[in-house]
Amino acid sequence: MEKKEAIRIENLTKVFKSRSSEVVALKNINLSVRDGEFLAIVGPSGCGKSTLLRILAGLEKQTEGNIYIKAKDSTKPLTAVVFQGDAVFPWMKVIENVEYGLRIRRVPPHERRRIATSYLRLMGLENFAHYYPHQLSGGMKQRVNVARAFASDPEILLMDEPFGALDEQNRLILQQELLRIWEGSGKTTVFITHSIDEAIFLGDRIVVMTAQPGRIKAILDVDLARPRDMLFMKSTPQFAELYKKVWELLREEVLKARK
Amino acid sequence: MNAVEGQLNQIAKGKVKTCEERRPHLTGILLHLLSFLSPLLLLVIWEILAKYGIVDVRLFSSPSRIFKTFLPLLSSGELVYHTLMSVQRIILGFLVGAIPGVVLGLSMGLFPPVKAMLEPIVAVTFPIPKLAIMPLILIIFGLGEASKIFTIAIGVFYLVLINTMAGVLNIDPLYMDVAKSFGASRLQFYTTVALPGALPMIFAGLKLGMGTALLLIVAAELSAARAGVGWMIWRSYDMFDIERMFCSLIVLALLGYIFSYVLDFIERIVIPWKNR
Repeated sequence: MEKKEAIRIENLTKVFKSRSSEVVALKNINLSVRDGEFLAIVGPSGCGKSTLLRILAGLEKQTEGNIYIKAKDSTKPLTAVVFQGDAVFPWMKVIENVEYGLRIRRVPPHERRRIATSYLRLMGLENFAHYYPHQLSGGMKQRVNVARAFASDPEILLMDEPFGALDEQNRLILQQELLRIWEGSGKTTVFITHSIDEAIFLGDRIVVMTAQPGRIKAILDVDLARPRDMLFMKSTPQFAELYKKVWELLREEVLKARK
Repeated sequence: MNAVEGQLNQIAKGKVKTCEERRPHLTGILLHLLSFLSPLLLLVIWEILAKYGIVDVRLFSSPSRIFKTFLPLLSSGELVYHTLMSVQRIILGFLVGAIPGVVLGLSMGLFPPVKAMLEPIVAVTFPIPKLAIMPLILIIFGLGEASKIFTIAIGVFYLVLINTMAGVLNIDPLYMDVAKSFGASRLQFYTTVALPGALPMIFAGLKLGMGTALLLIVAAELSAARAGVGWMIWRSYDMFDIERMFCSLIVLALLGYIFSYVLDFIERIVIPWKNR
């Protein structure tokens, strides 16, 4: 692996086999994710982008190909995932949820409480530490979800449409908050989304995937300065231009997928 | 945290009163009153019907007659003695059935080989009416306490087992992914996800089991018992003592109510996170 590389994916193929059929979800994916980069992956539904993330997270095995993830610190977990939907454990208080990754790694209780509390504060949840998830709104639960992933301090942060189930206003607020925390952490992040806005707003680069089977169609650089502000960014010509580019690439795929 | 969300959360927690809450306060009181009065009304009707001979008091008795029998039964300690005998059998039988039920149910939910091995046996033996096994239990365990406890235990066991297994099997796969993605070991997965995730279903099984325990105690005390509320009922039947029978029925109703209250109370402590 090269020095500035955090993840390298080589000739990755994933085939889902059932008794009657074979579905090629991902085909010949070659991708290199830079150290400290925010990589956004967009694609039509069913293009296998979530599958790619699940393989990176070790939840699924690839059929062919190799994945290398650079471990700079062997005491840290390789990956942590922010899942789509309601992935916060309802039987744990907010603070216990955020501590979960640390607890699994047997970080001493006192230490993990300190770390979790600092991330709760970052997410504006410090007053809700001892609430149970059912007492929280959807947006707050997703904040817990994000805090849990950050608190476990992984080498790579993986996010699978984390804000997909939120209403637009909450999504805007959470995107801005995620960006603020991410910019402070410098973590290599792979972010799956179907929203072009979100991909441009958050990403350093955008990977556009093809409809089934999922291949990499294009990789675009997002040359927008950080720290970013959604309102300001949307009014710039670069944003409009990039949006158009990504949409044209995606449109073909969406239409193809409909056939 | 923005202000709106904070307020929303307060509403969810019931700190702020919404418009809807303020108005029907009076209706709420009326409804409570209605729930309180309706059983009393029924008793009054029963008493009047008995008094004017419209129902046969030899068969249906009357609230005042039952009350007259109830007081001496209570003050002599007889009723308490029989109640405690039954309560002891119910609690022991419940524990003897529920504990292996939870352990086996968890194992069957977590380990496919265990499930494959035990499921056919459970599927075949579960539908056998527990009352049909009673004679066999009597032959094996004799006429003493053991047979009564075991009768209750076997009824509780199946309900708890099946619910516990279903509880584990129905845990959202997303939670398993979360545990796995953070690198949880098997043991960590059991303690942080499988067990807490299955708890609501386990409690549903325990509550069903308690209902069955009350059913079976009466049957178990029918044969070869010399004490217990169930025994009192059968004894009253032999003596044609309708009032005594009603007194025993009242005790059973109260027991059912108290046991379900206790289980609810324990559930609240063990599952504080459940949205009620």
